[in-house]
Amino acid sequence: MKKIVLLAIGSGLLTQPVIASENYFEANLKVSTEFTFYPQKGKFKGQDYHANLSLALSPDFYWEWNDQQDSLTFEPFFRKDQHDSSRSHADIRELNWVHLSDNWELRTGLRKVFWGVTEFQNLVDVINQKDPVEGLNNEHKLGQPMINYSVVNDWGIVDLFLLPGFREQTYPSTDGRLRASIPVEDVLTTYESSREDKHIDLAARWSHSFDVYDIGVHWFKGTDRTPKYQAVTHNDNLVLKAHYQQIEQVGIDLQATVDSWLYKGEVIYQDNSTENYWATQVGFEYTFYGIQESATDLGVLLEAGYDQRGITADALMQNDIGIGARLAFNDAQSSSLLAGVIHDLDYHGNSFSLEAERRLGDNWKASIEARIFSPGSSNDPSNIFDKDDYFKITFDRYF
Amino acid sequence: MKITKLATTLLAASILTISTATVFAQSAQEQGLAISQESIARDNGWVDMLASMTMVLRNKQGQESIREIRMKTLEVAGDGDKSLSIFDKPRDVKGTAFLSFSHNVGADDQWLYLPALKRVKRIASRNKSGPFMGSEFSFEDLASFEIEKYQYKFIEEQPCDLGECFVVEQYPTDKYSGYTRRLVWIDKAEYRMIKVEFYDRKNSLLKTLTSHDYKQYNGKFWRPSLMKMVNHQNQKSTDLKWENYRFGNGLSAADFNKNTLKRAR
Repeated sequence: MKKIVLLAIGSGLLTQPVIASENYFEANLKVSTEFTFYPQKGKFKGQDYHANLSLALSPDFYWEWNDQQDSLTFEPFFRKDQHDSSRSHADIRELNWVHLSDNWELRTGLRKVFWGVTEFQNLVDVINQKDPVEGLNNEHKLGQPMINYSVVNDWGIVDLFLLPGFREQTYPSTDGRLRASIPVEDVLTTYESSREDKHIDLAARWSHSFDVYDIGVHWFKGTDRTPKYQAVTHNDNLVLKAHYQQIEQVGIDLQATVDSWLYKGEVIYQDNSTENYWATQVGFEYTFYGIQESATDLGVLLEAGYDQRGITADALMQNDIGIGARLAFNDAQSSSLLAGVIHDLDYHGNSFSLEAERRLGDNWKASIEARIFSPGSSNDPSNIFDKDDYFKITFDRYF
Repeated sequence: MKITKLATTLLAASILTISTATVFAQSAQEQGLAISQESIARDNGWVDMLASMTMVLRNKQGQESIREIRMKTLEVAGDGDKSLSIFDKPRDVKGTAFLSFSHNVGADDQWLYLPALKRVKRIASRNKSGPFMGSEFSFEDLASFEIEKYQYKFIEEQPCDLGECFVVEQYPTDKYSGYTRRLVWIDKAEYRMIKVEFYDRKNSLLKTLTSHDYKQYNGKFWRPSLMKMVNHQNQKSTDLKWENYRFGNGLSAADFNKNTLKRAR
């Protein structure tokens, strides 16, 4: 940027509306070293270890030309994992070209898109396939091929999506922790659509901010990102077969930001060939600023998730309450801590989590993540994680 | 009789004293307001501004930590400014961007873009007194100066670094402000803010801000090249260096929305 600015000043373009046209390039790299400790050996075959080491590379490259009207972003991702061969994977998170015009932009290529307002899960976040081998929090996603036209109006932003091509969900290998009792066999995967993973999905979203409200309304028609599973015998082994249905879904996400309160809600209605249902996630976050006359802020969160399908739902929070506390120390190291518990009202199980992070020097960040699973009744699906309590420490180095 | 006369005289004298005091008090408030209004009037019409800021945070031991932020700001007639800030350093928050629509009265609208998640989050703007990026500048210290945000009182004239200064006391009208008052030195020639003393909620001196190396842009707008904030209570300090000020870049409201926030680089 400095170079552009100098050039602009040098050529006397200081007062002109557009700064000098010059191509701009930028490259960054994050290297993450992750160590996970499991107090107990796993429940299933292949999980008889306590410690796991993992290394991930996240480079990003950015080019800009044509008076900033065009840009190209490339963000590949690579991971090498000590035990889990499926977690050792590579992906292109982003590889896209963005063209800008006055009030619209066209985004073409592999991209990640986030929709939603709540904290424990985002029902309306439907565009990308998740990458669960990266972590349980669904924050990691696979790049989705798309053409996205986005136009800004006085009455809100309209996004239209054409989504050619589908990405299957990732699963831990049999040697990975935090997996289902029966492995998912990729080669058996089936689709409702005869075009299989080449089905062209469509989506549209209107989003707007007015007064204290931020609202989004979406429609999606295409391949469900979450498959249905069926236990089958394959090569004399019991495995799970994934089946991807076609769905049509509408949803709303809404946040009201009032003083120290954030009121949040997401609701979806989905129609597919086997059922139709609605599901919702609602809650609030309240922040106590500068507690005890310090610079520390304490936020408390409460959210409830409900799915009309009840215990047959494959949702994370089909009838659950999530409670969280967030501490932001607002110090030079940006230290923060987030503690949470999800309580399942159907199975009476609990899942506790703790996340903390702190910057070390100018180019390092350390984060810890711990989870304890305390399944309820014997038919609680989270029983599969019964022995997978873990403590993870990650060091990120930025170049 | 004498006693009555004395009483009347005393009463008259006291009324006179009170009314004189009232006149003085009003004029001090009016004068303080007038000076602050003039400082705003002289800076009107900059339309839009690009600038880069580098913050050097120093703790008690003198250890330094760097923040680099680029800002785009749009002047909005009759309301607070719109601004878009892009964080370059520290490296772990690189790409994070912050969109703010400030308002003269009422809460500001603020959104934060988190690049790792590609998520735009509307955030509460109630946290005026909290530290900005762990520095000794709070959010309210960096907010645009609007007349409605304070009540005023002229204190005195004093010699200062840039000649003669007005000393004006400012009382925040926002109940969430971290201060009871600010004592501000404004130079008489160009109405530039030379020094500010911040008094905490207990009315003790908390911080002193001094602005250095003022330069004039476009023949009108004065901007400091360096601002030094010293916290007297925790012995920490933050230097804020401003670079690459550019005015009149042709920005409009269309440059400040969630789409521009998401693609801010």
